[in-house]
Amino acid sequence: MNTIYSILGTLLPFEAYQFNFMKNAFLAILLLTPLLGLLGTMAVNHQMAFFSDALGHSALTGIGLGIILGLRNDLVAMLIFGIIWAILICLIKQSGSTSTDTVISVFSSTSVAAGLLILARGGKFAKYSSLLIGDILAVTPDDLLWLLLALIGTLILWALLYNSLLLTSVDSWLARSRGVRTRLVECIFVVMVAVAVMLSIRWVGVMLINALLILPAAAGRNLARSARQHAAWSVGLALLSGLVGLTLSYYWDTSAGASIVLVSALCFAISFGVKKIRG
Amino acid sequence: MHVHSCALCHIDLDRISVRRGGQVLLQDVSMHIHCGQLTVLIGQNGAGKTTLIRALLGELPHSGTIRHVDGRGLDIPHLRTGYVPQHLQFDREMPLTVCDFMAASLSRRPVWTGVGKKTRTLVNEALASVDADGLADLPLGRCSGGELQRVLLALALTPAPDLLVLDEPVSGIDRNGLKMFLDTLLDLRRTHHMAILLVSHDLRFVREYADHVVLLDKSVLAQGSAESVFSSPEFTSVFGFSGEEAAE
Repeated sequence: MNTIYSILGTLLPFEAYQFNFMKNAFLAILLLTPLLGLLGTMAVNHQMAFFSDALGHSALTGIGLGIILGLRNDLVAMLIFGIIWAILICLIKQSGSTSTDTVISVFSSTSVAAGLLILARGGKFAKYSSLLIGDILAVTPDDLLWLLLALIGTLILWALLYNSLLLTSVDSWLARSRGVRTRLVECIFVVMVAVAVMLSIRWVGVMLINALLILPAAAGRNLARSARQHAAWSVGLALLSGLVGLTLSYYWDTSAGASIVLVSALCFAISFGVKKIRG
Repeated sequence: MHVHSCALCHIDLDRISVRRGGQVLLQDVSMHIHCGQLTVLIGQNGAGKTTLIRALLGELPHSGTIRHVDGRGLDIPHLRTGYVPQHLQFDREMPLTVCDFMAASLSRRPVWTGVGKKTRTLVNEALASVDADGLADLPLGRCSGGELQRVLLALALTPAPDLLVLDEPVSGIDRNGLKMFLDTLLDLRRTHHMAILLVSHDLRFVREYADHVVLLDKSVLAQGSAESVFSSPEFTSVFGFSGEEAAE
């Protein structure tokens, strides 16, 4: 870790990056934003922006349940709950009996209410309020290892599943006729999103996590013509917003998550303008 | 593309039934789809045409058997089916070129890392075979109805299927596009000796081109040559007019 710190110290000769917590945050952004940027492209193509928002909210319930069950590691509680929640939403969506956004809304509000109910017992919610806005400066080297593993795992699955997901997002009957197991593929994808969301939520916060997943991919969509360009723009803009946002938050002394999302939003606005000009 | 050697092979559907939620969608449908022939499925909306296609593609649970047999009645394993859906209901803003779309189905390499040379060649050849050269780099969402149908046909034909299934592929295309599409199809029937199953509402077209016509309403009401089906009393009772009127 010390070697990495000293390399970063040389590479980033800014006042902000002389502190180890900023270096950790920098590394976290470096791992997290490409992960969310990649997953975001498909979340946008599958029109799942609302779905990932609901997933973020379910983190509250996950932590609450972890406390009730006496789990010491709240990340594990969040992960397990997030995955179960994601699969449930996916199954109900696939059964096709109710409109998708209604299902998601029901899940989202239920999980927020259940989470609040548990976490706010005895007026102790203040203790957990950091979950809402996140704190990227609290990242530890251990957390970075988790993120690295998640990024590697995602890249492997992404290599195997991407084509199937792409076909499914265009037309699921056609995908099935080409031998794609659309339901399974979709389920694995939502689990991947769930894992990515749960791993990043402590640093980005329940309220902003979705923006980080959706905004760079949405901006990339305005600029790209092909799938490859979409991935490149999305990852590139996610990285750019992450690093610029983090640096600005240091000098402005404000929330890193919020700064990052605002930079992403600016990117989106610009990309939208570019798209309009191009016609 | 591989050329089929047997002239008498066919796909044998035997008493196919589909039930869903207590409702009978298809009842004892039996028919043969011969290779080298254009078999056309006709019937009113809700007659179960799309259901039959989905059962045939193995996408819907059904009873009864589907066999692919050669001239001597022996089973040929692995019926390879190419499917052209009625239309694609996709988000036209999606950043995705025609080449990306086809490569996602034809190659293992994830499309977001780009498309390899070999796949690219395969895509170009497939597009050229349906007179759709030059579409590869067009975003899928910018294709016209006719262009999209050609892309879907090109995909369905790669690799060459034993059975080509088209679910009313000619709806929403202008006349020019339609003519080109049909010519391609008839050409395929001749050169590749492919079995083609087509759902169509265009009765004039059916009468002119079909080798075998199947009139469906939950079960098979009539089947045979276009002539015989169009003149059957079942045809008149389903469509409310006779086959002679349909031709005019």
